[in-house]
Amino acid sequence: MDDLRKRAKELIDTSAVKVVIGYEQGTGNKTRALFVENSEVADKLIFDSRCVQNLAAYVTKQEVKSKGKMAITATLPVMRAIIQLASEFQVNDDNLIVIGITPESKIIDFKNLEEVETYVHQFQIEIDARNREILDKLDKMTPSERWKFWIDELSPCFKCYACRAACPMCYCSRCTVDFNRPQWIPVSSNELGNLEWHFMRAMHLTGRCVDCDACANACPLAIPINLLTKKMIEDAKSDFGGYQPSLKGENLLSTFKPDDKENFIQ
Amino acid sequence: MAEFEPKIVAFVCNWCTYAGADLTGTSRIKYASNVRIVRFPCTGRIDYMLLLKAFDEGADGIIVSGCHPNDCHYTSGNFHARRRWMAFRSLCDFIGIDTRRIKFSWVSAAEGAKWADIVNTTVASVRELGPYDEYKKVAKKPVKEESHG
Repeated sequence: MDDLRKRAKELIDTSAVKVVIGYEQGTGNKTRALFVENSEVADKLIFDSRCVQNLAAYVTKQEVKSKGKMAITATLPVMRAIIQLASEFQVNDDNLIVIGITPESKIIDFKNLEEVETYVHQFQIEIDARNREILDKLDKMTPSERWKFWIDELSPCFKCYACRAACPMCYCSRCTVDFNRPQWIPVSSNELGNLEWHFMRAMHLTGRCVDCDACANACPLAIPINLLTKKMIEDAKSDFGGYQPSLKGENLLSTFKPDDKENFIQ
Repeated sequence: MAEFEPKIVAFVCNWCTYAGADLTGTSRIKYASNVRIVRFPCTGRIDYMLLLKAFDEGADGIIVSGCHPNDCHYTSGNFHARRRWMAFRSLCDFIGIDTRRIKFSWVSAAEGAKWADIVNTTVASVRELGPYDEYKKVAKKPVKEESHG
């Protein structure tokens, strides 16, 4: 933790960056995002296992970007998100410095995003055992049972869009769900709107989701919406050989192979 | 009670399947009249949200069709579409949308007979499955208000 504070102070004092994005103690037992703009505030920085929010969601926000060059404390999922955002031209070496944090809470100083990419590529995106089990259980159900499962699970959703706000990949200035001409998705909390909203979210994240679980953690009703994106990650593995965020900028659905194999087109 | 007549919405590309369906007509091949054809510039333009909207509006089945691989008028629209359909189909399956009601096919401008066959087999299989009540129950279309414009 001292290393992290020292590094943050150094970056601010040498004017290498204008703001360092990290975590601080929040209310109760929660942590929250901290924006360090002068070195005194850097002493509030913390890092522990409670810090699960994906801070990469902030680097595309205009309020943060307008401060100037940013530095971000990044665990593995956050680094993945940064690389994905870089491949979509949302961040680059000129506006972002990554302070990596290993699973052992060690600090890694990355010189540039290429080094971050090299680090990230050492690890495959893997679904954890607990969710693996739930996915397997759902796979064994009939489509009608799955339909009932999702209608029930999604029924409490009142579209607060916390999942969208928490997701580093949901940065469109105007989201499809906000359109009202035409109204793609009913805005009130009803079965159809809830289904379509989560369906659309999962489709938009296909091939881009970094499996950080920020959406499910942010959901005030604890709806397991991350299962949808996890399933898409699984299917991307079997259909397209999986994916890794990469600076080359080839998203799964923005590219193709002439010999993509499917078994349902007549 | 009259026999159930399925409503099928077909999303087709302008260059191949639409022309193919046209050929079916000019060749005087008879096929089921349950299909409503929506013409698109390319399969790459067929947004998956539109497919969901068809179910919302009361479709019992959907056909999505375009140029064969390598035949796209815009070179690669159908390749992109194919990837999207693969993802769309597995997400549908995971959420529990009946994928038997969504037929994907490649129909070229010369395959008038194939188009008739695709429509006939889809109508027959959807007829067997019955109306898509599961989705319609959720969609609960509100009564459309009279416009006074």
